[in-house]
Amino acid sequence: MALRSTDILTQTPQGLYCPLGDFHIDPVRPVTRALITHGHSDHARAGHAAVLATRETLRIMAVRYGEDFADTTEEVELGEPMRIGSVSVRFAPAGHVLGSAQIVIEAGGTRVVVSGDYKRTEDPTCTPFEVVPCDVFITEATFGLPVFRHPPAREEVRKLLNSVSLFSERTHMVGAYPLGKAQHVIALLREEGYDAPIYLHGAMERLTYLYKSEGVSLGETPLVGDLPRTEFAGAIVLCPPSSLQDRWSRRFPDPVSAFASGWMRVRARARQKGVELPLVISDHADWDDLCRTIRETGAGEVWVTHGQEDALVHWCLQQGIKARPLHMLGYGDEGEAEDTAQAAETSEAGAS
Amino acid sequence: MNRFAALLDRLAYEPRRNAKLRLLVDYFRHTPDPDRGYALAAMTDALMFQGAKPGLIRGLVEERVDPVLFRMSYHYVGDLAETTALIWPAPQEVSSTPDAPPRPGHNNPPTHVPTLGEVVEALSSTGKSELPARIAGWLDALDETGRWALLKLITRELRVGVSARLAKTAVAQLGGVDADEVELLWHGLEAPYENLFAWVEGRGPKPESKNPAPFRPPMLAHPIEDEDFGKFTATDFVAEWKWDGIRLQAAAGRAPDGRMVRRIYSRTGDDVSRAFPDLVEALDFDGALDGELLIVRDGLVQSFNVLQQRLNRKSVTAKLLTEFPAHFRVYDLLAEGGEDLRDLPFLQRRQRLEVLVSRIAHPRIDLSPMVSFASWEALAAARANPASVGAGPDAEAIEGCMIKRADSPYLPGRPKGYWYKWKRDPYLVDAVMMYGQRGHGKRSSFYSDYTFGVWRTGPEGDELVPVGKAYHGFTDEELAQLDRYVRNHTVNRFGPVREVEYGKDRGLVLEVAFEGLQRSTRHKSGVAMRFPRINRIRWDKPAAEADRIETLERILARGEEETYPLEDRET
Repeated sequence: MALRSTDILTQTPQGLYCPLGDFHIDPVRPVTRALITHGHSDHARAGHAAVLATRETLRIMAVRYGEDFADTTEEVELGEPMRIGSVSVRFAPAGHVLGSAQIVIEAGGTRVVVSGDYKRTEDPTCTPFEVVPCDVFITEATFGLPVFRHPPAREEVRKLLNSVSLFSERTHMVGAYPLGKAQHVIALLREEGYDAPIYLHGAMERLTYLYKSEGVSLGETPLVGDLPRTEFAGAIVLCPPSSLQDRWSRRFPDPVSAFASGWMRVRARARQKGVELPLVISDHADWDDLCRTIRETGAGEVWVTHGQEDALVHWCLQQGIKARPLHMLGYGDEGEAEDTAQAAETSEAGAS
Repeated sequence: MNRFAALLDRLAYEPRRNAKLRLLVDYFRHTPDPDRGYALAAMTDALMFQGAKPGLIRGLVEERVDPVLFRMSYHYVGDLAETTALIWPAPQEVSSTPDAPPRPGHNNPPTHVPTLGEVVEALSSTGKSELPARIAGWLDALDETGRWALLKLITRELRVGVSARLAKTAVAQLGGVDADEVELLWHGLEAPYENLFAWVEGRGPKPESKNPAPFRPPMLAHPIEDEDFGKFTATDFVAEWKWDGIRLQAAAGRAPDGRMVRRIYSRTGDDVSRAFPDLVEALDFDGALDGELLIVRDGLVQSFNVLQQRLNRKSVTAKLLTEFPAHFRVYDLLAEGGEDLRDLPFLQRRQRLEVLVSRIAHPRIDLSPMVSFASWEALAAARANPASVGAGPDAEAIEGCMIKRADSPYLPGRPKGYWYKWKRDPYLVDAVMMYGQRGHGKRSSFYSDYTFGVWRTGPEGDELVPVGKAYHGFTDEELAQLDRYVRNHTVNRFGPVREVEYGKDRGLVLEVAFEGLQRSTRHKSGVAMRFPRINRIRWDKPAAEADRIETLERILARGEEETYPLEDRET
């Protein structure tokens, strides 16, 4: 007899927990054994005893928290099945950022997939999402409203390049999250044939270097540092979103402020942030892709971790799919979450 | 349609005038006729078609999308056109699930992406019953930005921060002609303006203006400086009151077909006739008048605050017309009976103006009186107390004097050496900075908008109550100092706003200049300032010595007494 899904995965204050394997997935508090889907700080936290993740995710955590972010670490290969306690576990690519993975758990003929954050569209900086057929699919819903439909990222990058050619004496500052989005945007610009140096805010240096050392080709990416103002006329500069309106921005001649995020789809949001060139480039599945993915997994049951849960749950129920929101707290603090006062603090302190 | 949509999308986010201009010129350069002409018409509000009501749009979208999801989305986005544009089902949704049961979202495969020209032409020829299907077809064919722009266009809610003047300036720049020349021709032209584009691009002759009531760019004044009085001879100049109203131009004339054309233009050349039907009917002459829009009740000019309640209304109701009767106080005549008078000296134009106004003899149009003076000292005295030299009860609506060379021609723009404004001294108050807010555009990295307060007696002793917000009046250097001050004295953050330290023993005093006060229920302090700006930064002054609310109350009481001298007078 197949196990019930709740025998395989339950919710604890630390996060999703697999009792049969005695491990947590992306726990928000320190635990003895954590399986981490990807390196964004709301999913990958420091202080666990043992961490199991892809090599890239472990490297990202080491860059962010220092080499001693956990007592022990273990590297997993995408696609390689392993046994933990009485369950079988496999990491499958999620297409979200470098090293991102879904975690597939099987026991007694029931398969549960924890997708972490994911996207379905092509991204030259990471392995594409793999559809894993399953009984229970645990999905995010960051953009879980039918108004969120990301246009092709390439068109958005072309929009940026058109603006660069029209306002060739101004600096184009592109706000992008330092892990994933920044490198995604650089890679897209390179694919569109833009081969000038792309300047980086200090907060992006180490992660971008890590991407390059993992074989992602991003071209020349010098640091803004103390380069003279004249260097930046007509240049593209990438910085954390909070730096767009920070004093840091004053070093550039008459900057155009652009922001690469799925949130830019809603005009009022872009205007509130004072963005002049919104670029709808996301590392999350949009509404259509959330729905498509749920259908393609064939899951009879869907759990929604975080984001706009209500609309997605409503949609599942309309489709005859069992669904429930998990109302998980602590996710969505990085990546495409709204930048908080705290994020602004960090970047002001780190700006040089 | 896609190019136009991309332009609107970009304009909507762009705060800088010059950047808007660049975007517009670039669009006009790279877009063929007739689309660019229709775009120009859309931005100058010159398109004539019946718009679509929000109910129609909502009905269309609810046919296509689960109403629950639509409601959640609308709640999140907050704008009907945008929600509809975003949520409208994309064509690939049908093909990706051939075996799925039918769902509410469907989309007829796009046939042809409409051009802006096709949309505009169809809108003016489509009957009411066919309109919904037509719009649905377009929405199917367009992408998100296209749908958004279409919906903004057909609901007449374009609002991308482009004035008619700016759009015309862009057309002029396209061919290096003077924007005023385009302006003069403008109201005789019709969308899609192919002859205008041909002319500015050097491909065709200058279009003839057949408009019997064209707009003529207004002549503007410079502020007078103290040293000017030493340089100018008083007898070379004449003076008028400077009215605290809205500058308008009224033009009227007979079209070749015999029909009377009457138009009212804003100072930027926008045709605002629709907003002032009560004035339009008074325009019984052939010529062009320059003057000030005022609200006059029972022969008494009302304050600018009252005038504001008449402006920017979507619909002009009978109630509005009765409660806020528009009045035109004129001071110049630019043309009469087909004759351009702008090269004549001011005094000659004035003579003809006086004759014309007495002939029009309409209660809503009167002359702005001349202020006679023998010396600058005499004018200074008149300016200080307009009531003493015949302004009577209208004195409160006077914000100073206009000083004009008696021989000045009427020149568009702000030519040097002819017209000067000598504004009444502003009110000053010392207030304490309470909050700083980030600015926009060039100032987005600066805390450049400051909320300030004055002292009042609270339940627990003296407290500061906010009385206004100012974002100009300071130099770039002072802005940098103020920005640093806000950052270094922050005690609280609310998004883009920072609360700074303030109290009896700490805080920064700002000398705030303003033009007037009105009572306000929206402000905690009960007063609202007109045109406040930072006059001086009082680094030297302790916060405890800033002004109290009673100072403002006294200004308010004095103003009310002057505005309504006959009411509730204590004897």
